[in-house]
Amino acid sequence: MTLRAFLLVAAFLFSVGIYGLLTRRHAVALLLSIEVMANAANLVFVAFARFGGAPGQPLVLFALAVTVAEVAVGLALVTLLYRRHGDALLDLASEAKG
Amino acid sequence: MTDELALLALSVILVGIPAIRVVRTGNLVRAVFWLALTLLGTAVLYALLQAPFLAGVQVLTYVGGVVTLMIFGVMVTRRHDSAVVAIDGRNRVRGALAAGAFFAVLGWAIVRTDLSDFTPATTPTTQALAHDLLDTYLLAFEVTSVLLLAAIICAVVLARRRDPELHPAHPTPSREEVSPR
Repeated sequence: MTLRAFLLVAAFLFSVGIYGLLTRRHAVALLLSIEVMANAANLVFVAFARFGGAPGQPLVLFALAVTVAEVAVGLALVTLLYRRHGDALLDLASEAKG
Repeated sequence: MTDELALLALSVILVGIPAIRVVRTGNLVRAVFWLALTLLGTAVLYALLQAPFLAGVQVLTYVGGVVTLMIFGVMVTRRHDSAVVAIDGRNRVRGALAAGAFFAVLGWAIVRTDLSDFTPATTPTTQALAHDLLDTYLLAFEVTSVLLLAAIICAVVLARRRDPELHPAHPTPSREEVSPR
């Protein structure tokens, strides 16, 4: 059953993204990890559209648009962080810390 | 069964190794290019899943658009010449443990679940997909366009360079004040 293989690949991709989120400190590197995780979710959508006939393909298009919007806003925030602190490490973004 | 194994091996080469490189390499620019390779590999998997239109869109928007944006993001925020990201060693072990545990739970659930009900179905043609987008999911389509517009405006407002004399409450520290990392 190849559906299981695709699901396992997606699960692996998502886990790799989690690892990146937990270990990276640079904001752009975190955005890269989020991209990998979104990619895994899209792969599951397409796999279930192929096996079982779920309407997954339109949903992937919407997910793509949302991801692109997230990247645009995320990079704007990174630029702001860099301009204010001279670097884009997330340890520096601690103004809201109590 | 051999199909499954062959597919897994192909996926490891196309997607798995580049994805690991994305989160492990210390050079940010290289990480972005490994991400491009991951996304291209995913496009191949889409093609294998009989979604040719999505494979094309993946290459166009992700590899063409998002990766270019990321490259610009890295270039704009580059402070050191090497752009090497310091990774805390203790965090690395914890992150590997958490991600490994997550993968174990997810993989266990996938292997244990009976997936025999899911038989190969006919995937929509590009024409049917367009019909879906502009008929069945028309409201979601319009909301997505509003979301994209909002994101663009938000990005422009956030990244705009403000006149420092008009906003003295948030002075930009000079590079000497920032503690070296």
